[in-house]
Order: sequence, then C-alpha cells, then structure tokens
Amino acid sequence: MIKESESHMQSYGKLFSILLILLALTGFTVFISRVDLGSANIWVAILVASIKASFVLLYFMHLKYESFLIKSSFLATIGFLAILIGFMFWDIAFR
Amino acid sequence: MNQSMDTTGSRTGMWLFLYTEIMLFGGLFVIYAAYYRMHTMDFIASGKELDMVMGAANTVILLISSFCVAASITAVQQERKKLACTLLSITLALGFLFLINKYFEWGHKFDLGIYPDSPAMEDSPHGRILFFSLYYTITGLHGIHIVIGMILLSVTMLFIFMDKIRADHFVFLENAGLYWHLVDLIWIFIFPLFYLIL
Repeated sequence: MIKESESHMQSYGKLFSILLILLALTGFTVFISRVDLGSANIWVAILVASIKASFVLLYFMHLKYESFLIKSSFLATIGFLAILIGFMFWDIAFR
Repeated sequence: MNQSMDTTGSRTGMWLFLYTEIMLFGGLFVIYAAYYRMHTMDFIASGKELDMVMGAANTVILLISSFCVAASITAVQQERKKLACTLLSITLALGFLFLINKYFEWGHKFDLGIYPDSPAMEDSPHGRILFFSLYYTITGLHGIHIVIGMILLSVTMLFIFMDKIRADHFVFLENAGLYWHLVDLIWIFIFPLFYLIL
C-alpha cells in the first residue's frame, strides 16, 4: 500500500491568518477601487486579485507542498492562459 | 480489506481537471477583456449598476468557506471527525447563503428589466448588452459550480460519517476541497472585474 501522505498538516492558526490576509486584501481592493487612478484601476484590481489567488493556491490548496509535477504543470497552464490573452490583445491592436 | 491507493496519482488527476476548469473560465475572461477594451465606457457605466456590497459580501462568504474546508482537512488528519463535519456543515451553509444572495441579486436585476433579450435592454448601448450577457454567463456558470461543489462536499461529509475518509485516507476530501477552492479562486477574479470597475 502506498503511504498516504507526504501530505503536510497545516495548523488552524496558520490557515486562519491566511484567511485574515485574504479578508484584508478584499477590503483593500474595495477601498482602492473607489479611488480614481484612471486606467490603472483595473490593473490594481487584477494585481490584488492575483495576490489573493496566490494565497489561496499556495496555502488553502497546498500548492506550496505539492510535487514538482503539479507545480510545473500549474504554471504551464497559467502560461498558456497568458498566451491566449496575449494573442487576443495582439488581434485587437492590429485589427 | 487492503486496497492499494495511489493518492498522489489521484490528486494529480484532480489538478489536471482543475486546469481544464481554469481554461474554461479563462476563455470567458478573455472575452471579457476583449469587450472591455472595445467598450470601456459602457463597461464602466454598467459595472456601477451592480451592487458592490452584495459582491463584497459574497467574496467574504466564499473566503470563510474556503478556510473551513482547508481546516477540515487538518481536523481529519487529527482524527477529529466531529470538528471536520462541523466545518464542512458551515461551508455548506455559506454556499447556500451565497446562492441566496445571488438569487436576490439576479431577481433585482430581472425586476429592472436587465436580462438578455429583454425589451428594456433593446435600446441600451452595445457595450452594456455585452456586459450583462457576460455577467449572467460567468456568474451563472460559477453558480452551477457552487452547486456541484456543495454536492461534492455533502458526499464528503457522508464519507467522513461512514469512516470512508479517515486520518490515513482522505484524498477524496482533499480533491473535493480543491474543487471548492477553485470556485473561490474564480470568484476572486469575478468580483473586481464586474463589481469594482470604475
């Protein structure tokens, strides 16, 4: 029988502090969206969302403790999504 | 009974499935980005019609539910069955609350005549029609994922009751949790793109 985990156990305190960070970032993104930064608003919103997503991925989804296979295939997925988005903007710019 | 289990393989398979989900919603976000670029002013005006408080409340609900699922894995690892089930029950209740909010939010929009192909939308600028079509498509698809996630977590709870999920075998809980976190992850992007654009 293959041994169940290399699975890493995370303490409640640590998970809870991640939750607090996520809630604080939510508050921040709401606040900053009310400040007029012009066209930078959307980029700040996406940046904060990406930071929040990273916390969820790394800790709640255990990505930090996963194997190289999962880490690299995840990054590849995001990479292909970035290419997709990049090509779309390329198309719009030269249409 | 001693079945041999490949938990790493199982988790890897779940991640592969999540990649397809990322591309599914990613494709929709690409459409959003293209239309935002082409109809920026209409998108910003339409975004203001959405209830930011409602969106923020649903963000908080999903974040807390995500924490509960992550903590339930620790509880199972510590053989605290009752705590794990309590945490998953809270998650289910929060998922339900999310759907209730969505119901009122959509209902209010319907009352205002904002829905695809409605008479009130006919004279709207093209960008506004696109914005609300995307709003219904993306939040609708996301809502379906919430329902599926709730079904998965209910089954997980049943398995914990039946001792099918234990401290030495909990990959099903991990995978159901991953699905729930992904649903949260997608909402993290939906919230600023629809509710916060200014």
